[in-house]
Amino acid sequence: MFEQIAFYLFSILTIGLFLVTVFSNNILYAMTSLASGMVLIAGFFFLNGADFLGVVQLIVYVGAVMALYAFGMMFFNVTKTIKENNTSNVTVFVLGVSIALLMVLMFAAPISPEVIFVSAAPEPNATNPEAVGLVLFTKYLVPFEVAAVMLLIAMIGGIILAGKKMDQSLTKTDDENIIQKDIK
Amino acid sequence: MIGLNHYLIVAGLLFAIGLIGVIRRRNLLMLFFATEIMLNAANVAFAAISHYYNDLSGQMFAFFIVAIAASEVAIGLGLLILLYKKQGTLDLDDLATMKG
Repeated sequence: MFEQIAFYLFSILTIGLFLVTVFSNNILYAMTSLASGMVLIAGFFFLNGADFLGVVQLIVYVGAVMALYAFGMMFFNVTKTIKENNTSNVTVFVLGVSIALLMVLMFAAPISPEVIFVSAAPEPNATNPEAVGLVLFTKYLVPFEVAAVMLLIAMIGGIILAGKKMDQSLTKTDDENIIQKDIK
Repeated sequence: MIGLNHYLIVAGLLFAIGLIGVIRRRNLLMLFFATEIMLNAANVAFAAISHYYNDLSGQMFAFFIVAIAASEVAIGLGLLILLYKKQGTLDLDDLATMKG
């Protein structure tokens, strides 16, 4: 009973918030609704018994990714509404039809029951974080290490990309140009 | 009773919303938001399947998707900041500089 109420509440709210994200013309509205949608997505994970994944979703997505976007907002002019030319109807039509065909192919693809098997069953008497740790550090150890290296590379790349010419800001260079013009 | 199909339908709807965003929007930041929505939809489907088959592999894939999304945001925002400093806009139509 409560599971059903929670599921329908979460799904309606998530879909509504993500619709706001996609169709909003204000970046701040879009970012805020995206963040709250992410919080509700964590609710789906808790409903499915994936406690650790839900906590990771809250910490990484809501905490880190949205904070990163919020910091990125400092560089963009977010107060003005976005004016954008909409894509032509022909493009939308062609893309929509081809994606629908792809979906039909995906759902109609034959799957034989023999190829579906449990590859990493959780430990019987372990809580979810324990079971996740046991599988992550045995069967998925190599992907875990590769993901760690990838995050390190992404961190270095982010610092180098965004930190380039960080000492001279856009507004400051404008001021300097104005001052130089005045001198001339 | 909430079954696997309920979760898969919600995940499909969320993915469709993200796809509409990717096709329709012309602002690069909004494209990033739509990508995040699509990744989250895939995560919901993975968690639900992992629960109903009693298999932790789905949750593992969801973890790696979260890690990849985090690094994508770090690199992507760095590139967007560089682009905004250079062009002063994030509109996709203004990026067609290679048009002959």
